[in-house]
Amino acid sequence: MCRIGSIKCREAVPPSLALRLMLPQQEGHDNSGFALVMQDLEGAFSHYKETPLLSLATTPEGLRLVADHMAALGFVQLAQWVPEVDNRAGLNMAAMPRYVFSNYDWPEVYRYRGQKDREELLLDTRLALRRLLEEHDAGYVYSFWPDVLTLKEIGDPADIAAYFRLWDDDGRLVARNIVAQCRQNTNYGIVRYAAHPFFLQGHTLCANGENTLFTRNREFQQSLHRGYTGFESDSQCLLYTLHYVHRELGWPLTYYKHVLTPLPAAEAAAREDGEVLGLIRESLAQLEINGPNAIIGLLPDGKMLACCDAKKLRPLVIGSGEGDDGDMVAMASEVCALNAILPARDKEKDIYPGERELVVVDNGLELQRWLQ
Amino acid sequence: MAPVKRKAPKEEVPAQAVSVNDLPWLVRHDAGRCVLCGACTAACTFGAIEAKLPPRGASAAEREMRKEAGEGGRPVIVQKAEAAHACTGCGMCEKVCPAGAIRPVRNLDNRWAVLSRTHGEPARRGGRGGRSVVEAPPRERTLDAVVIGRISQMTDPALDSERHTFELRSPLGRLLRPGELPLRVEDGRLVLAGETPPVRWIYPVIFSDMSIGALSTRAWEALALAVAWLNEECHLPVRMSSGEGGVPTRLLESERLKYFILQIASGHFGWNRIIESLPRMKADPAAVLIKVGQGAKPGDGGLLPAAKVAPHIQAIRGVPGATLHSPPNHQGLYSIEEAVQKMHLSMNAAFGFRVPVAVKCAASATSVAVYNNLLRDPYHICGGFFLDGMLGGTGAAYSVSLEHTGHPVVSVVRDCYRAAAGQGLQGRIPLWAGGGIGMNGDAAADAFKLVCLGADGVVLGRLLLQLLGCVGNEHGRCNACNTGHCPAGICTQDPRLVRRLDVDAGAQAIVDYMRAFDAELRKLLAPVGNSALPVGRADALVATRKDVADRLGIAYAC
Ligand code: SF4
Ligand code: SF4
Repeated sequence: MCRIGSIKCREAVPPSLALRLMLPQQEGHDNSGFALVMQDLEGAFSHYKETPLLSLATTPEGLRLVADHMAALGFVQLAQWVPEVDNRAGLNMAAMPRYVFSNYDWPEVYRYRGQKDREELLLDTRLALRRLLEEHDAGYVYSFWPDVLTLKEIGDPADIAAYFRLWDDDGRLVARNIVAQCRQNTNYGIVRYAAHPFFLQGHTLCANGENTLFTRNREFQQSLHRGYTGFESDSQCLLYTLHYVHRELGWPLTYYKHVLTPLPAAEAAAREDGEVLGLIRESLAQLEINGPNAIIGLLPDGKMLACCDAKKLRPLVIGSGEGDDGDMVAMASEVCALNAILPARDKEKDIYPGERELVVVDNGLELQRWLQ
Repeated sequence: MAPVKRKAPKEEVPAQAVSVNDLPWLVRHDAGRCVLCGACTAACTFGAIEAKLPPRGASAAEREMRKEAGEGGRPVIVQKAEAAHACTGCGMCEKVCPAGAIRPVRNLDNRWAVLSRTHGEPARRGGRGGRSVVEAPPRERTLDAVVIGRISQMTDPALDSERHTFELRSPLGRLLRPGELPLRVEDGRLVLAGETPPVRWIYPVIFSDMSIGALSTRAWEALALAVAWLNEECHLPVRMSSGEGGVPTRLLESERLKYFILQIASGHFGWNRIIESLPRMKADPAAVLIKVGQGAKPGDGGLLPAAKVAPHIQAIRGVPGATLHSPPNHQGLYSIEEAVQKMHLSMNAAFGFRVPVAVKCAASATSVAVYNNLLRDPYHICGGFFLDGMLGGTGAAYSVSLEHTGHPVVSVVRDCYRAAAGQGLQGRIPLWAGGGIGMNGDAAADAFKLVCLGADGVVLGRLLLQLLGCVGNEHGRCNACNTGHCPAGICTQDPRLVRRLDVDAGAQAIVDYMRAFDAELRKLLAPVGNSALPVGRADALVATRKDVADRLGIAYAC
């Protein structure tokens, strides 16, 4: 089983903090990979928060293909951050030749287009790049969105961090929201796209567990939205459902839980809003999950959420720290992770989300616990 | 002493005459054990046997001596060598014989396939697939080559079937796509802002449409009683389709109408009474089912021989006693669009849009096209698509239709589901599958597999008759539902035969089976770790035959 974690902080923090959160959970992963999504960036990216940022792991050929494609679409590159990697021998890591994080200015025609149009453009561009890189077996594109950076690699998380010099804390790579995963590879082939966290139009999600209704979820989602693609991991469905409920249907966030794990019919019927809940369940039965899952999500506006499936078999804990602990909220699969980065927090206040609970952390670090 | 007249042995060989050995069943009678009670001849509804004094091989003098001594002959039970009185193997004689002196045995050397058509009339029998007379190897069922292969035991623990709460409910009615839901956000909550089509969440089993004319009134009553009991005492919301024969007024005007699906077929039998009862109805029916066709003798209409139509049935149906044939199709229909229109009208006129209207068709090579048509119908009318496979059917039909027309249901259900899934429309029109479900007695396993392949629920028919005591089988035993002589009193209106069926015991058998079914379904859900019906979860199945795996799009395992 993978281990997952996230940090939401008032001040931007380096990824080394996320590593310190993840590494104590060592027995829950097998050093087969590490991935993180950072949102609300400072440091090297602080001047480009409004412009889309492309995260790539690629070959030199892939880089050329991407550059040509982006130019053809009218995207103008504004900045690029190429991590200065530590190539020393002995690191347990399968590196790609090039890692590139580039900020682009909007194409001319999109300068005056609305937000919605721009968001569709970003998605279409990422999907097209993905196809392009796949065709040439030339690399991976993880996210293309303003103020969001994704890094994924195969290998030992500590070594991956050493390779990218994440332990250096040089202040260039810092963010207020970080979602991270250390992998346990249960499949024989390692697919980079299968590593959490997954990203789609500002929505980030990672999960620990197994989605037993994957086939049903996937069959339905495939025709629901062009962005619902890949399905390299059964947990991607959970991201797509979040995106669908929150962005496509525009429903309040709390309904995400109602769609994933509907109340038993008798319980729902006894409620005042039973009819609405019944209709939602009828209509979106294919998006239910029935397997063990602990979920951490991050929304475009920076809100962080946590919930579990109704069987509640995978652990998840949320802790908040103030003052010495740096004004942050952290989520993790195991409590030892919180102890590593929030040693002084009031442990009594730790939250273990229930099977009917959705926890939302807003940008003021206020926690809302919403009971289904 | 006058010479005893003696019939001379025939000189011609009567080659064309029917002999007992031409018939599909031979009655073995052990004269040594027979107590001469006469029960067997009285019980045989087919007049297949009679008591006779057999001629004996003795000299004239010997016979004379016996007569003088007051010794009479001893009668024995013999089988009639007549096609019209062929033994059906029903075994009633065996059941009533106090001495175990009689029983039918299958006759592999029969000439029945030829004999039964000698009067220029196609052979008819009760609705069963399988070779009628010849001992054929059991038909290999697709569902038997499918097993539940994904067991949640490692990363996702299995559930405890005895203690976990399962939700075994299926929809009947049109389900809206998420974008079509009339919902509005108000103060951070979704509120209802419009009407939605009626949907019933019911147990994933419907009792098939066997009409009150095809069955005996007692058999129909036993089914109805079982349904009420299952709903009210066992909390299993099983529904029963009325069949085309109409519904007794008492039931139409009772609260329990809600457990019944009213069927309308091309004969429209019984609908006068239904319409007349409308103003006095206390409850809405569960649904209206428009029958376009059925799995047995598809493309052929239902047939109710005059011999089977008792006066009270005539009254319910609204048609005087005559052999009745529902035309093979609704004669006014020329397209699915029109069928949809018809549903629209019947729904509107009859039940004010409060009752889901579904359609039942024979499984066919064209089923997917029909389903697509209903899925894409802009009026969103159809509330269910019932697919009936070729092993279904109860009524009287021509043997040739029963054995050589139709389409197995499993691949059609899968194809329909996949066609819908390809468009993101799965689950919009519930799929119900019938036709041979539970043929081997394991209806729960069949249901579970069909659900995983895409059905929302299953329809049981013949299994219910078996629970009522039907002795027919797929190898030509009995299958005389067309004759009006049903030895179990299930599909006859003959008052003497109907009395053979104990309504309460029949209902009890069905209730008991359904309770077992429920426990068994949980036993199958628990290992795959699902607490609700895994509709479309084909990844839970594997096929032990490669061809079946490929056809159904599931994994092959050996
Ligand atoms: S088995 Fe049935 S049909 Fe045959 S003789 Fe006995 S009672 Fe009659
Ligand atoms: S027992 Fe009755 S219902 Fe069963 S096959 Fe014979 S005639 Fe038909």
